[in-house]
Amino acid sequence: MPVRGEYLGMALTIDDLDGENVTYFKHCSEHNFHLQKCDECALVRYPPTSGCPWCSSPKSTWVPVEGKGEVHSYNEVHHAIQPAFKAVTPYMLLLVDLDTQKGQPSEHEALRVAGNLMTPDGKFAPPEMVKKIGIGSRLRMVFSDVSPGLSIPNWTIDEDAKQPEKPWRYPQE
Amino acid sequence: MPLPADTDATTPKYLRDKYAIVGVGETTYTRGSDKTTRAMGSWALRNAIADAGIKATDIDGMLDYSGNDSTSATFIAGDIGTRLNFYMDCIGGGSSTEALVGLAIGIMEAGLCKCVAIFRSMNGFSQVRIGGTGARSLAPVNGDALHNRAYGWQSAGQSFAPTFMRHMYDYGTKPEQVAMVKVVHSEHASNNPKAYYKKRYTVDDVLNSRIICKPLHLLDCCVETDNATAIIVTSVDRAKDMRHTPALIRGIVGRCSKPRMDMHYQHGPISTVAGYYAKNILWPNSGVGPEDIDAVGAYDAFTFTSMLQLEDYGFCKKGEGGEYVSSGITRLGGRRPQNTSGGHLCEGYTHGMNMVIENVRQLRHDVDDSCPIGPDGKRQHTYDYREGGCRQVKNIEVTANLGWANPMTGSAMVMRRGA
Repeated sequence: MPVRGEYLGMALTIDDLDGENVTYFKHCSEHNFHLQKCDECALVRYPPTSGCPWCSSPKSTWVPVEGKGEVHSYNEVHHAIQPAFKAVTPYMLLLVDLDTQKGQPSEHEALRVAGNLMTPDGKFAPPEMVKKIGIGSRLRMVFSDVSPGLSIPNWTIDEDAKQPEKPWRYPQE
Repeated sequence: MPLPADTDATTPKYLRDKYAIVGVGETTYTRGSDKTTRAMGSWALRNAIADAGIKATDIDGMLDYSGNDSTSATFIAGDIGTRLNFYMDCIGGGSSTEALVGLAIGIMEAGLCKCVAIFRSMNGFSQVRIGGTGARSLAPVNGDALHNRAYGWQSAGQSFAPTFMRHMYDYGTKPEQVAMVKVVHSEHASNNPKAYYKKRYTVDDVLNSRIICKPLHLLDCCVETDNATAIIVTSVDRAKDMRHTPALIRGIVGRCSKPRMDMHYQHGPISTVAGYYAKNILWPNSGVGPEDIDAVGAYDAFTFTSMLQLEDYGFCKKGEGGEYVSSGITRLGGRRPQNTSGGHLCEGYTHGMNMVIENVRQLRHDVDDSCPIGPDGKRQHTYDYREGGCRQVKNIEVTANLGWANPMTGSAMVMRRGA
């Protein structure tokens, strides 16, 4: 049976034969973040793929990865396109450099994990919270539960981390 | 600028100047075409055939591209009344035009056909909206799309914004600099009777327009329109019998891409775009460099996309794009005018082909502005670039088109004025 769920009114589906995504989201549904680690070159990759982007090996093992990192870039959507998101504008789309494997295998690479900015209890961040976050902000992963077997990784402020004095934000508020 | 004297234009390897664009045509740029993409595609193609001064049956190859929002070459060929020896419908949007010209040259060189029409037909406003609203926004979210669309990360603006934002962070690029792309292209559109938006905009207009998705204001985004565009490519030998001065194809790079095409943001710097790689094919193949280019069509799905490509193709130093686009260089009358038809930001949205059409007309020295038509049937250009006036670039010899699919993938083409 395919994994199905409804999230913000959107129908989400993972087909049975999409083994990589089934496993990725199954771990997420247990609120664990796992990624594929290549059995040949030992590099971890994101998002799920059918082969290693560095050495092309099809063999990998799912390993736990710490959901902590720093905002590399973002966008802030004020005019939503999908109806599902119109009620939560402005919402933030974040690309977060995980601490794990940052700068490897080359200086410009990182596990750059996407997600929205949420409150710690998993609601879309209110505008005053959005205004605090920018490039350099330290975030931790939170999961939004959709249905059995399906949760979506998202991001919230890492309260325990040292935050930059002034994260970089687009100059026009 | 004339080509460098030591350019070897005969090297068979590069096929420089061996093929040309000989005909161009389009429909009107509208919102609400009240026509099928089939009817518009054949309309644009008939215009291109008339422009080339050939018969429909001279066309024996056809290439086109779409995002499942258009009509196949099979119907268009039938509707113009020709039999094809080769056709291919491709999936894709921006960056397809230049890449397909490359394929057209390849199939003709291989002897598969002799004269190729390339078209793009789309109801980008009234049917499948380019901005992603309507049908596209409602599609179910499956498998790999869970890593993007489930986050409200879907439209072109939303998808590209992390690149644009990081560029501002990396290089200190300012919103008012980027806005100048819209200002300049709108000036050019005001001299283009075909343009959907002919109004001239100011930097304040752009910065005061509402935020769609930071860092994009409404006026940083291109227009959504209904239209079809077409070009005809054939060998220079055949071009000799045709109506216009041919636009000779010097060199092409097609859908050249950054690493990690499965999700390009995994590999940085993310403020660098495909042109960083593509320039190493474009310029050697063309035998010219950015300094030789008289006018540019720099794909302007957004103000930022023009600027980023100009940097990565080497028209200015990396990170100095903001300064370059606000320096006056890119204006008509400046050193290297760009998007002289108004481009996607103002003329209409056709996934790159209208900017190729514009450069072909520029190279003929016969761009369709409001200047009076002389006894020889050609416009007598005044080179007065004030609103409503001329938009012909004086003594133009060499152009570049920089096509953009997304930060990851781009295509480009250099053309020069034929004899």
